[in-house]
Amino acid sequence: MENNLLSLIIFAPLAGAAINWFLGRRLRNEKFIGVIACGAVAVSTVVAFYLAFKSGGALRSTEPVFDNLWTWIQVGKFRADFGLAMDRLSGTYALFVTFVGFLIHVFAVGYMQKDQGFYRFFAFLNLFMFAMLTLVLADNFLLMFVGWEGVGLCSYLLIGYYIDRKEAGDAAKKAFITNRVGDWGFVMGIMLTFFLTGSISFFDKPAQGVTSALQTIAGMSAVDPFTWHAIFAGGVTSIAILLFIGAAGKSAQIPLYVWLPDAMAGPTPVSALIHAATMVTAGVYMIVRCSAIYTHAPTAMFVVAVIGAATALFAATIGLAQNDIKKVLAYSTISQLGYMFLACGLGAFTAAIFHVITHAFFKALLFLGSGSVIHGMHHEQDMRSMGGLKKYMPITFATMLTGWLAISGIPIFAGFFSKDEILWRTWSAGTFSLPSPPWSKALWFIGALTALLTAVYMTRMMVMTFWGSERFREKHVDHVDNASGIHDDAHHDDHAVHEPHESPWLMTAPLVVLAILSTIGGFIGVPYALGSLAGLHPTNYIEQTLGPVIAKVPGGKTESEPAAAEPIWLSHPPQTTDSAPAFVSLDETAASHSAEEIHGERLLALVSVAIAVLGIVFGWIIFRRRPLLALPRILENKYYVDEIYDATVINPINAGSREGLWKIFDVGVIDGFLHTIGEVVLEGGRAIRHLQGGFVRAYAAIILLGALAVIGFFAYYGVHAMRLLP
Amino acid sequence: MFLLQANTTALFNVADLQLIAPELILTVCACLALVMEVILPYRKSKLVAWFSLLGVGLAFVSLGLQWWSVADSLPLDGFYGMVRIDGFALLFKAIFLVGAALAIAISTRYLDIEGEQHGEYYALVLFATVGMMFLACGYDLIVLYISLELMALTFYVLVAFTKREKRSNEAAMKYFLLGAFSSGILLYGMSLLYGIAGSTNLGEIGHSVAAIVSATPLGEATGPSLRPMLLLGMIALAAGLFFKIAAVPFHMWAPDAYEGAPTSVTAFLSTGSKAASFALYARIFIEAMNSMRADWAPLLGLVAAITIMVGNWAAVTQENSKRLLAYSSISNAGYLLLGLVAGNSYGYTGLMIYLLVYTLMNMGAFGIVISLRRRGIIGDNVDDMAGLAQKAPGMAAMMTIFMLSLGGLPITGGFIGKYFLFGGLLQRGAAEGKSWYYWLAGWAIINTVVSFYYYIRFIKVMYLGDRIADDKPLALSPALQTALGVSVAGIIFIGVYPQPLINLTQKLIAPLAAIGAVALK
Repeated sequence: MENNLLSLIIFAPLAGAAINWFLGRRLRNEKFIGVIACGAVAVSTVVAFYLAFKSGGALRSTEPVFDNLWTWIQVGKFRADFGLAMDRLSGTYALFVTFVGFLIHVFAVGYMQKDQGFYRFFAFLNLFMFAMLTLVLADNFLLMFVGWEGVGLCSYLLIGYYIDRKEAGDAAKKAFITNRVGDWGFVMGIMLTFFLTGSISFFDKPAQGVTSALQTIAGMSAVDPFTWHAIFAGGVTSIAILLFIGAAGKSAQIPLYVWLPDAMAGPTPVSALIHAATMVTAGVYMIVRCSAIYTHAPTAMFVVAVIGAATALFAATIGLAQNDIKKVLAYSTISQLGYMFLACGLGAFTAAIFHVITHAFFKALLFLGSGSVIHGMHHEQDMRSMGGLKKYMPITFATMLTGWLAISGIPIFAGFFSKDEILWRTWSAGTFSLPSPPWSKALWFIGALTALLTAVYMTRMMVMTFWGSERFREKHVDHVDNASGIHDDAHHDDHAVHEPHESPWLMTAPLVVLAILSTIGGFIGVPYALGSLAGLHPTNYIEQTLGPVIAKVPGGKTESEPAAAEPIWLSHPPQTTDSAPAFVSLDETAASHSAEEIHGERLLALVSVAIAVLGIVFGWIIFRRRPLLALPRILENKYYVDEIYDATVINPINAGSREGLWKIFDVGVIDGFLHTIGEVVLEGGRAIRHLQGGFVRAYAAIILLGALAVIGFFAYYGVHAMRLLP
Repeated sequence: MFLLQANTTALFNVADLQLIAPELILTVCACLALVMEVILPYRKSKLVAWFSLLGVGLAFVSLGLQWWSVADSLPLDGFYGMVRIDGFALLFKAIFLVGAALAIAISTRYLDIEGEQHGEYYALVLFATVGMMFLACGYDLIVLYISLELMALTFYVLVAFTKREKRSNEAAMKYFLLGAFSSGILLYGMSLLYGIAGSTNLGEIGHSVAAIVSATPLGEATGPSLRPMLLLGMIALAAGLFFKIAAVPFHMWAPDAYEGAPTSVTAFLSTGSKAASFALYARIFIEAMNSMRADWAPLLGLVAAITIMVGNWAAVTQENSKRLLAYSSISNAGYLLLGLVAGNSYGYTGLMIYLLVYTLMNMGAFGIVISLRRRGIIGDNVDDMAGLAQKAPGMAAMMTIFMLSLGGLPITGGFIGKYFLFGGLLQRGAAEGKSWYYWLAGWAIINTVVSFYYYIRFIKVMYLGDRIADDKPLALSPALQTALGVSVAGIIFIGVYPQPLINLTQKLIAPLAAIGAVALK
């Protein structure tokens, strides 16, 4: 189906960005800028919801909504359209990106008030929405890459938003350069895809004569064998690995995660929007979009799963020992992204997307909450100088409480369902993408351990921030604030104690909405095993919606969606909105769930809950008494990874560039060569200059000589001068 | 109209007038402009500029209507075959009108500074444009020659327009003497052609030439033939036109004339006059002498190679920015000749697009030079741009775009033009199995690299020059700024999204490309 409204979703924020950049900078009126920025995203949100849910919309039929704007590049067989497509996957993504994005925009209006670069901030933020939605709604790899680079650029601009701070600039550069490594993989993956399939489109579009690259790969009957050689064989596995390198850069996985903690140098709404809810999940989106490729490349899936699990655990341990409230959340984000990749690697693509959505809710909530705290604390973000804030900031506290419970995995809250889903899929994963069955148990153990650590460090964060003694009253100790250094100088001129205060409604209202979503958002994906426990038979909306557009792992656990292409809940519209679907009694075929499986899933859910509760209790007991407990140095210093990178990668490259490339190759070889040529040209030019004496008689003589030379040439050689030429 | 209708034995069809409606509008406007100049007081002279701009706009509208109404029935002949309206003519006329509008826009402020704000300047610009437009649609040697002289004579006057300036007079004198000389050569070629073909109509000449060429097969001595005479005519025509487009070795007038002329005239001279000469070149060599391609293609190729080299190499050593741009303009004539040498759809598309882009970017570059000028200070040296990036960042950015486009960097229109010009050569080489086309393209590309040296020199001086020339404000006017903005926008648009222009151009020049594509045996 073709619908031109689709392009409005991406162009509304672009228009907002343009208006704020050109008009907002003149007007300098915060109200105007804020309304334009939020209004632009609101338009996107409304259009996205309309196109997704109207009759025959993206989420209600198997046909994607297309909007083919123009043919962008066509060279021989290579064709890239500037075309958008909203299918169930991109539709789901567009919905939460626009909605969460809108809330964060509203929050930012409050957070950024009286900032010098207000217009610049919102122009960039809108530009980011444009790029992110282009990434999501692109109907081919190349346009997706445009969005991919666009979000990278906006991320760079916004991390470095505080242009007068060196660490912000450094962090921005680090983010950009690290992402370039990933982009290399992505581009190579796209090229290899085109090389193998002759197409870069995600969808079949017969009207334009475009065939889908993904369908072509899915049509290849053979699945690459599970061998390590397949990675370098130049086949589907190579594509999958290259694309994963791209995803690892954007989604901060080992070894390319180092930029994300530093990216916290940007304003907090940026951290919430870009570095928690949306951009960093682009890697997950890309992999799920390419699920047809991954399900043909088990080796690549194994790599994804292992990297994901390793990242999850690794980042969680570091998060345990950070003192900067945003750094804790940054490492938590990396860790949660690891979960998503773990799920992807095991073929549980829907579970990954489910976790992306719930994570967008609760992590945006936690980041905005921390922003509210930082705002209330007058730009203090070291948790050692906080404490006892729940009295001063009741709304922030209450909302962050739900975020905390959600991320820890307490039942009812959103995070529980998605995380439990991933853990269950891990436990019960087949051997399609794993070398042997024990691997699934080992990966599950890492996941469970990470869940425990998550509960512990989140409890630590909450306790240090909201409970305990009011440490901000103590005299500002010149603590070494581990290079976080986001202190507004304007607030440092006097060292008097600032009373913390609750934030204005513009900031708390989005918190409340996100808190509600963090609480009930999980109900869109309640598995049968848990729903039936309560005597209900809820529909697993997320699986039903995404199931038809995502490739299945052959021979592995099938996801439990019914065969019908049309989800059940759509043919019988529920009375309530999607936020409270649990009370809609739609019968799911119990036959598709064996009793043994249901039993196992319930048991594992119980274990997850136990782990979460254990983690919270553990954290409470330790940190309630000793909130400033010193944790192992190696954790606080992030395993010295930055230092190791400096020593092994960055310094050698610097030295090699300086001593070798510059001093020897550039100066010696290139310059020497060019200077010689330049001298020749210059001498030639001077010689020509001498001819130009300024006398008309000389000029006329030269013209005559020229004409005579031509005539002489033909007179001598006769006609058909072409014969003489090669 | 009344008179024409009264005379029932009129020698031409009144409907033919529609074919030359844009030219008629411009002519009327030019005459009115002359009258206005007499009536208006001196300080109101600028009104004439706005009026002329309006005239150009009207002509453009009429051109658009013409295109809209007769697009399907092209080509249309009128006045007993003296005039032919086809896609080629329409496209060229559009380029001339754009050039004329930009030239007027960048002139108003300049003439104020020079204290030479006279209405006849704009009238002359309009007359020159009329000449150019007839060059594009003329289909008869007489019409073409008269149009050429109309254009050339107005330019002689325009070059001398700052009459108190010695250099301006000297430039005009040189231009005039050499121009007359070359006109003589051109006319000699035309008369030979007429003598051989017995007609001044290009189509008929084409038939005669084809008959003579086919009667003289390669390498066979078949007694007396008109072939040597034809060759002489071709060479004379080529030489005359080499002068008009300032190709080496007929280029000597160009640096002196460009440097001495008022900058706004230089801008128009280097774009409009050059484009019109190329229109004439393409008309005669494709329509009348395509069967002699085997003779003229190597000649043009050789001259193009030398022109590209000399233009670029000489530009490297220049200090005066007008003189530098003059040499740059010479080298660009060489690039444009490649389109004729290629003689296929790609080559002609490249010729057209590059002429349009060249008009925009050269006008823009000279516009920047004008903005630096103040009374008493010439502001013509490259070093006068030092520190422009600090003083006027917008101007510096625009100049950067013009320079990069002249160099042919991607995402500017210059790249698209060069891409088609060089691509046409490669295609022709592949079609004929001749490798010299490849060598020619390679030579052109190597020299493009040389050209970056002096184009980037402007950028370097503007951004890295440590001396801020002075802190007096630039001589800007809304018209000048608009002209610069339009040029930048056009260059970037063509560079980023060239497909519509490419499609349009290829459609319009398809008949010519069909003639040129006849492979040589």
